[in-house]
Amino acid sequence: MQKSDYIISVKGVSKNFGSKVVLDDINLYVKKGEFVTILGPSGCGKTTLLRLIAGFQTPSEGTIEIAGEEVTQTPPHKRLVNTVFQKYALFPHLNVYNNIAFGLKLKKLAKELIEKKVTQALKMVGMTDYEDRDVDTLSGGQQQRVAIARAIVNEPEVLLLDEPLAALDLKMRKDMQMELKEMHKTLGISFVYVTHDQEEALTLSDTIVVMSEGRIQQIGTPIDIYNEPINSFVADFIGESNLLNGTMIQDKKVSFAGTAFDCVDKGFGENTPVDIVIRPEDIYIFEPSDAAMLTGTVTSSIFKGVHYEMMIETANGYEFMVQDYHTFPVDHQVGLLIKPFDIHVMKKERVCNTFDAKMIDSTHVEFLGTTFECNETPNIEAGAEVQVEVSFKHVILQDNEEEGALTGVVKFILYKGDHYHLTILTDWDEDIFVDTTDVWDDGDRIGITIDPGSIRVIP
Amino acid sequence: MINKIAQHLEKRRNWVIPYVVFLAVFVVLPLILIAIFAFTDSSSNFTLDNFAKFISHPEAINTFIYSIGIAVITTLICLLLGYPAAYILSNPTFNKSHAMVLLFILPMWINILVRTLATVALFDFLKIPLGENALVFGMVYNFLPFMIYPIYNTLQKMDQNLIEATQDLGANPFQVFTKTVLPLSMPGVVSGIMMVFMPTISTFAIAELLTMNNIKLFGTTIQENINNGMWNYGAALSLIMLLLIAITSLFTGNDESSQNEGGGII
Repeated sequence: MQKSDYIISVKGVSKNFGSKVVLDDINLYVKKGEFVTILGPSGCGKTTLLRLIAGFQTPSEGTIEIAGEEVTQTPPHKRLVNTVFQKYALFPHLNVYNNIAFGLKLKKLAKELIEKKVTQALKMVGMTDYEDRDVDTLSGGQQQRVAIARAIVNEPEVLLLDEPLAALDLKMRKDMQMELKEMHKTLGISFVYVTHDQEEALTLSDTIVVMSEGRIQQIGTPIDIYNEPINSFVADFIGESNLLNGTMIQDKKVSFAGTAFDCVDKGFGENTPVDIVIRPEDIYIFEPSDAAMLTGTVTSSIFKGVHYEMMIETANGYEFMVQDYHTFPVDHQVGLLIKPFDIHVMKKERVCNTFDAKMIDSTHVEFLGTTFECNETPNIEAGAEVQVEVSFKHVILQDNEEEGALTGVVKFILYKGDHYHLTILTDWDEDIFVDTTDVWDDGDRIGITIDPGSIRVIP
Repeated sequence: MINKIAQHLEKRRNWVIPYVVFLAVFVVLPLILIAIFAFTDSSSNFTLDNFAKFISHPEAINTFIYSIGIAVITTLICLLLGYPAAYILSNPTFNKSHAMVLLFILPMWINILVRTLATVALFDFLKIPLGENALVFGMVYNFLPFMIYPIYNTLQKMDQNLIEATQDLGANPFQVFTKTVLPLSMPGVVSGIMMVFMPTISTFAIAELLTMNNIKLFGTTIQENINNGMWNYGAALSLIMLLLIAITSLFTGNDESSQNEGGGII
């Protein structure tokens, strides 16, 4: 594709605040007229990325181009973008008209032209006749509209929106979503939209960029992202999902929850551990019969408006979330069926913890800033640089921090049908991954111990 | 007895009584007395003579106008010095510590007379003649913190988003200042002007000490009259000054009521 087709090119951009890496090697290209949503949980760096594009901050590494020109160090007032701020940021000392005319007056346009453009912008956001109102007297939704009008009246190449609807109530938000989409179509300019609301992202975007911990996880159309999540984080973050560990037996044959299934994925190799995603609306539920691939008991059923959301526990202890228009009573036996097309297989990002380590002596190894006891390794001399592997389930978490050889905080939890997969940020600042059946909460402080027998030292 | 007091205290409304009493005795009553004295003669008969005397007395009027002039000049100099100081103090790129702010406020901790006497000594030491310039210097020196602090307060509380929005809409750093920072800091400026203008117009100690009693300000005139037992005329002059201050606060107060985020002291 030609370079000029991209209105924004973010190339290899990283941003550090002190020693904290907020953005790590971001590459993002926005086409003319595209509606791109940057989606991620709070603290994933999405707002920082937007601020880099707007010019309020400069990247530590990498370059940013807008309309084919490098603007990495250009101050915000010389960029062809305008921003709609999360908290509106309307000027309290100006009325609606002067707020919207602000940018045009700075450009010293003729008075009649300014008037015409402001009237047009107000009409576009459905706020005709509000010119003389004080911005303090407007409701949240109206202030948001004025903020949008203030940005689009300058006819930017790109409109940047930083969670613009976060402060509105649900009904208002839905209306504004439709209006934004309409506006995008009419204006024909690119929108870069930041949100943590996956539903909003799916509704609005041409392209969704899923971010987590300063990295882009996946870029794709809403349908791609929903149907073919690239990893368990994306699957968990977008929509409801059943996430399970599985094994690819061979091409188009996968086993999970103690059962073998036909699927449509191939090319993973034989007997490869994989992650499985099944959307709750893709599971068929019915009275037990020969057609059932899995049987289980209903443990809960909640009416959700359009459908019922049921939790099914299979005989071998796996839990599935199922959404269906029909409900089955709690404790009822049911059969489940999953079609091959609805089983999404993802490559595992990792199958065990791997750390760089240093041998202390033949029975001790140091990693994560801590010395651990390990099985005797007579062939490796003390001081040698090695790697250690620790399987997820052999990391033991302690309630009492002091009992652990190492301490950390629970950062991310995935439910995998019969156990939890936890990401723990250790106080050494490196992640350790843990499989456990115990229930922990986000942000819990924990102690970590590792059984000497389960530390595998690789020279 | 104690029960009865307890009963009264249960009503939250009754808690206000001590303050009402205090205000009545120390604020409202003196004001009424000033008004009564201003409109009566020494034998307590109603008269407008006191005001007539002021108007027909060019010396008093001259002092009055001169005082206003000195107060305006002082306020202007305080504003010109105080705004940049407040701006620098509130800007994290220039100033990262609160200690600097404290240093600017610190002179307020020392008694005004002590400071002024020290200024006199300093001028003597440097062999700078006392007089009008010394007077203005002393006023500015004494009241500058009252200008800096309210402005610093509003600047510091200013929403960074608004500044970014201004940049985003195409304003260069100078325009960011004139279009957003300055208008939004007006409540602080207004507070600062009141805090400086009102005391400078009524002060007499600084004028006495820093001009060796050569320059008379309106405050001095009032003080002299009252000291010399001319209560009624003194009261009338006080009332005129009060009126002036009331007018300035009305004039500047309008702006502030609509800007309740202003961080002024008043």
